[in-house]
Amino acid sequence: MFTISEKTKKFITKEVSRYETKRSAIIPCLFELQKDNQGWISNDCIESLSQFMDIPSKDINEVFHFYTMFNKKSVGDFHIQVCCNISCHMNGGLDLFKVLSDEFKIEKNGVSKDSLAISKVECLGSCGTAPMMQVNEKYYENLTKDKAIQVIKDLIASKKTN
Amino acid sequence: MEVKILTQHYDKPEYKSLDGYKKYDGYNQLKKALTLKPDEITEMVKQAGLRGRGGAGFPAGVKWSFLPKNNKTRYLICNADEGEPGTFKDREMMDKAPHQLIEGMIISAFAIGSPKSYIYIRGEYFESKKIVEQAIKEAYENNLLGDNILKSGFSHHMDIYSGAGAYICGEETGLISSLEGKKGQPKLKPPFPAVEGYLANPTIVNNVETLASVTVIIRDGVDGYRKHGTEKSPGTKLFSVSGNVVKPGNYEVPLGYPLKDIIFNLCGGLKEGRKLKAVIPGGSSAPVLNAEEAMSVNMDYEDLASKGSMLGSGAIIVIDDSNSMVELLKVLMNFYHHESCGQCTPCREGTGWLLKLSNSILSGSANLNDVALLEKVASHMKGKTICALSDAAAFPVLSFVSKFKEEFTSYATSNVALKFQATNVQSYKRG
Repeated sequence: MFTISEKTKKFITKEVSRYETKRSAIIPCLFELQKDNQGWISNDCIESLSQFMDIPSKDINEVFHFYTMFNKKSVGDFHIQVCCNISCHMNGGLDLFKVLSDEFKIEKNGVSKDSLAISKVECLGSCGTAPMMQVNEKYYENLTKDKAIQVIKDLIASKKTN
Repeated sequence: MEVKILTQHYDKPEYKSLDGYKKYDGYNQLKKALTLKPDEITEMVKQAGLRGRGGAGFPAGVKWSFLPKNNKTRYLICNADEGEPGTFKDREMMDKAPHQLIEGMIISAFAIGSPKSYIYIRGEYFESKKIVEQAIKEAYENNLLGDNILKSGFSHHMDIYSGAGAYICGEETGLISSLEGKKGQPKLKPPFPAVEGYLANPTIVNNVETLASVTVIIRDGVDGYRKHGTEKSPGTKLFSVSGNVVKPGNYEVPLGYPLKDIIFNLCGGLKEGRKLKAVIPGGSSAPVLNAEEAMSVNMDYEDLASKGSMLGSGAIIVIDDSNSMVELLKVLMNFYHHESCGQCTPCREGTGWLLKLSNSILSGSANLNDVALLEKVASHMKGKTICALSDAAAFPVLSFVSKFKEEFTSYATSNVALKFQATNVQSYKRG
């Protein structure tokens, strides 16, 4: 069974009383739980949350499976999301995705040795600064292939020095 | 020329903070509004002719007047779930002028008599969320939010809610489902949210730009607001321009501004040697315009409708002659298939068919019947579902295929030729 940290428990308790109904707290709590569990949510996490919030796990699962920002498997330390929708596509989004996928070899489990996962995603609202990518919570815009590779290499290096 | 009404101070970094915002007349409109009668404000918004800036273009003041006269708690929700491909204006508005939005929201809440509002921000906008959160905090600390705002007797509380990655939550009833902690599936209308919305209470959902514009209407008055734009489409609008232009970005111009001038003057035109092929004028769901139509259209609700398209969210996607329309359609169909919420059969199944067909045309494995089938499936998806996502997927298909028919048939017929050859070779071998 997944153990919810004390910090997250406090967060959940606060969120539950923040909105008009307890159910509205599911989305914010799933975000917090995801941070607690290295960036993704397992079935165990859902069960623990269901018990702690006293909400049937089916209601939590409904939300968990509907929204794309809840990761169903590990996305490593750095989740690189390359927009490939229309404006990014016209400015080389798909090429960028391919170049990054070649440069940072993703293993069978979906994560590279440097703990990266790379996904193609739909519009991120950064169409005037295409192509772009989102790494965890941050946007990197007006990219070239070289610039994107450098950003990622720097992130990997900064993790190693920390 | 840009006419900067909403974006006048966006170049000043301090505008983000409460002190900076106050330096430029900030929250004076709220003070003024609190001396008016709520109905007067609604009437002003109606008279000003402000239409929803999120996509549907419904007159904001009229929407407000649909609220039933009962004792139920009324909610105001700001739709900041910006997700229409090509659109990035709400993000800039929140990042550069969060207080402009908050001021517009408090005024709107006062007009409709709402004690509580939410700003529903798309989940990926982590940065905007932080900025707006900070601005709300500042507003609370200065009695601009909370109980008895500026000693007016009016109380209003505001909170922020983060989406989690679903385009459909930009649809107002989908947004409400999401805020209620459920799948973001739209609800059948009527009842409209104004009558039965968030937790079955009367709810008004307005876009970021719409709510921010309310501040301008109070400042400039109805006549002042109507100075810009056309008779039927008054005011200014932020247009997000992307695709193959030299200087993409957000540009604020009066409604009715020629699209040609946006592309060739404000955005610096196309790259050298390229020719204009098509423009999607109102976000990916708006029917595409060919170059000729794009060069003659004015950016207002009426002129775009007369060309068979729509203003939508004001996202202008400029397409030059280096692009294949078949390829771009496939990219869009991938999006709609991914984002269909799965509730209604025509949309859930239809978007899958549209993707499959556009993919097979692109890869050269389709024939002319498949192009006809693509159009047929799309035409069966219009007006058949709870929300407009199904229509939004059908519009690009129908306009892309009808306006660039030759391109689609050439993909399909070269393939007919290939198939013909292949069959001949086979029968030859067999023989």
